[in-house]
Amino acid sequence: MIDFEMPEKIAGTRLVVETVAVNMMRPVSRYFDEHEHEVPWDYINFMHTATRAMGGSSMVPSEKKEGPRFGFQRLAVMVEVLSWGDAGIYLCTPGGMLGSAAVSATGTPEQKERFLKRFRGETPVFDAMCMTEPQAGSDTSAIRATAVLDKEKKEWVLNGEKIFVTSGHKAMLDSEGFIVVWATIDPAAGRAGMRPFVVEARTAGCQVTKMEHKLGIRASDTVSILLQDCRVPFENLLGSPEVVTDKATTGFKGAMATFDATRPIVAAQAIGLARATLELLKEMLADRGVTIRYGLPRQKLTSVEKDVIEMEIQLRSAWWLVLKAVWMMDNGKPNSLESSMSKVRAGDVVNRITQKAVEIMGPLGYSREYLLEKWFRDAKISDIYEGTGQINRLVVARQILGYRSSELR
Amino acid sequence: MYSFEPSDEQKMLINAVNRYATSDLRKAAHDAEENKALPPRVISKGWELGVLQASIPEAYSGFGERSAVTGALAAEELAFGDLAGALAVGIPGLFALPILLAGSEEQKKLYLPTIIEADWQPYTAALIEPSFDFDPNELKTTAKAEASHYVLTGGKTFVPFANQAQAMIVYARLEKGTKAFIVPMGAAGLKVGAEREKLMGLNAVPFFNVALEGVKVPLANLLPGDFAPILDSSRVAVAAMAIGVAKAAFEYSRDYAKDRDVFGVKVAQKQAIAFMLAEMMTEIEAIRLLVWEAAWAIDNKKEDASLRAYLAVTGASDMAMMVTDRAVQILGGHGYIREHPVELWMRNGRGFATFTGLAML
Repeated sequence: MIDFEMPEKIAGTRLVVETVAVNMMRPVSRYFDEHEHEVPWDYINFMHTATRAMGGSSMVPSEKKEGPRFGFQRLAVMVEVLSWGDAGIYLCTPGGMLGSAAVSATGTPEQKERFLKRFRGETPVFDAMCMTEPQAGSDTSAIRATAVLDKEKKEWVLNGEKIFVTSGHKAMLDSEGFIVVWATIDPAAGRAGMRPFVVEARTAGCQVTKMEHKLGIRASDTVSILLQDCRVPFENLLGSPEVVTDKATTGFKGAMATFDATRPIVAAQAIGLARATLELLKEMLADRGVTIRYGLPRQKLTSVEKDVIEMEIQLRSAWWLVLKAVWMMDNGKPNSLESSMSKVRAGDVVNRITQKAVEIMGPLGYSREYLLEKWFRDAKISDIYEGTGQINRLVVARQILGYRSSELR
Repeated sequence: MYSFEPSDEQKMLINAVNRYATSDLRKAAHDAEENKALPPRVISKGWELGVLQASIPEAYSGFGERSAVTGALAAEELAFGDLAGALAVGIPGLFALPILLAGSEEQKKLYLPTIIEADWQPYTAALIEPSFDFDPNELKTTAKAEASHYVLTGGKTFVPFANQAQAMIVYARLEKGTKAFIVPMGAAGLKVGAEREKLMGLNAVPFFNVALEGVKVPLANLLPGDFAPILDSSRVAVAAMAIGVAKAAFEYSRDYAKDRDVFGVKVAQKQAIAFMLAEMMTEIEAIRLLVWEAAWAIDNKKEDASLRAYLAVTGASDMAMMVTDRAVQILGGHGYIREHPVELWMRNGRGFATFTGLAML
């Protein structure tokens, strides 16, 4: 039965999160944009305390209990609101994020317990995902980081360099967190050889080497990580032991399964930012005596009204795509098509809306007096990370055409 | 609680309508457009699916309950077959549904059973007016209240089947807002254009202009209810049909691109084309949810249902234009030839911003 009503349980959470976004994020938005690499500890500590008080430990939904599941729907709603508050500060939210998503998607029950329990402790803890390398971004089959099994010591030896690791500094240096490193156990096997490994903070041979300076989302750290004979226990390879020898593409399927869960969440981030922009734009216009006359035929609308109405349509329809993708996730329906579509659409929409808002407000849009220019810069990342818009178009196209990757390159 | 899946009953209806749309409407579409007429048996078969009958309560001889969501689902499938066919099959709804939504108890009892129990008969409605700034909430056709009747004056265009209709709903401005009036066909001063209107598409449906030269209708012929729910429902139905047309164009161009060779591979294996198709699919899916949202808002009597219906039809008409245009582009020169249906869908696609009032489901 088609239903667009937000479940009460989620609506309750949303209210709480909205208070945080209004009171703890917006007031410091500009500060952390202009003080790159400073860490918003007030927000982090508050979120950690609040999450603990509510009995949670992680942004990533826990395993199924009885009854209907809305873990990912709730997560999408929370991320949308936090990103409405500030997209960069949201990325500093402690507790499980992308790394935990990989653990949840590919780990065994024992691994989930072992790696995820740290988020329930006294102090805030972070995780991160390491996929991209200097020579391999979207083309993940070109990944060169290696994992070699030392059979005597039952340890994996990791070597390679990872870049663009979101929150890597916080995961490895500011807390007792972990990173999930994608490396190959068989460089000749391409994607089939790729496996996810957990590397915990303070592991010897793992070093944070660089902090990037970025166009936007400056409150969030993005680092390079160097692995030099970095040894991790055999059990840190995520998944059951068979995945070690399995020559099928199970390794990369793990990464793809993770993306099915994370892409709509990144899309939700885009939607929150787009909503913030549209709301502020409408406020600024209203202050200057321009209200939008919804309901009129287009021939009677001003150009600004048409733009705003189009933004509204794009925003709402993209949000429903995101919610559908997470709803499918919660209901155990295969969602990689919907997941990628939501990412394509949300990435487009947030960029169009933030660009248009800056344009419509003219000098006020370009001025750092207002947040519009910041949001325009923050928006761009949504069309890049967790699969660029182009990669996600490829994923969508292959699915709707029934093509393998060899048939549509 | 969120759910983005039709109920089992709705799925059964979708399947039934889809079978009819693909095996009857789609097959008849090309010749119907060229010959400017739909075969009557195709229309009657569509009527017998009972989509309208199922949205009228038993008290008025129907066998169901009005649901804008179900209507939208059926409208999409019908238009997936052929837009002209979808409009033709739904024509009695243009008269019946406004009465259901805004009519008095007497009006419902008087008109609905007659329509529902009979075979398909053309009943119609006149909303659109021939001016570039046509606005359903600011009509130029007026209604003046006199002692025992209303006097309707103005001009309408795009009135389907006006030459054969049993009766029509005429929308006119009464004091400050739009109201609906039941007008019998023989009424003095009601003049149906002598010739069919010539339009870019939808040639299988006969459209006429209608002049109202001081047409007098009894006071009892005013539908007492508000116009907004009628407009909202029509906007959602038109938006749903836009999705059906877009989906048809998307699937046709996708299949063509998978079949046609170019530079040693299939057309669809070129990213330039594959990405167009990915965007078309994404756009259709996104806007479909927007339309379902509006329909759901109507069924659940949400305060902002009108806003949602407006956004849905506006978004859907843009989407339909984008998708049908790209479908023609993907077929290249072949897309421009009337042997393939995509050019017809493009002509139809351009109209959705104008079609409000032509569909009610």
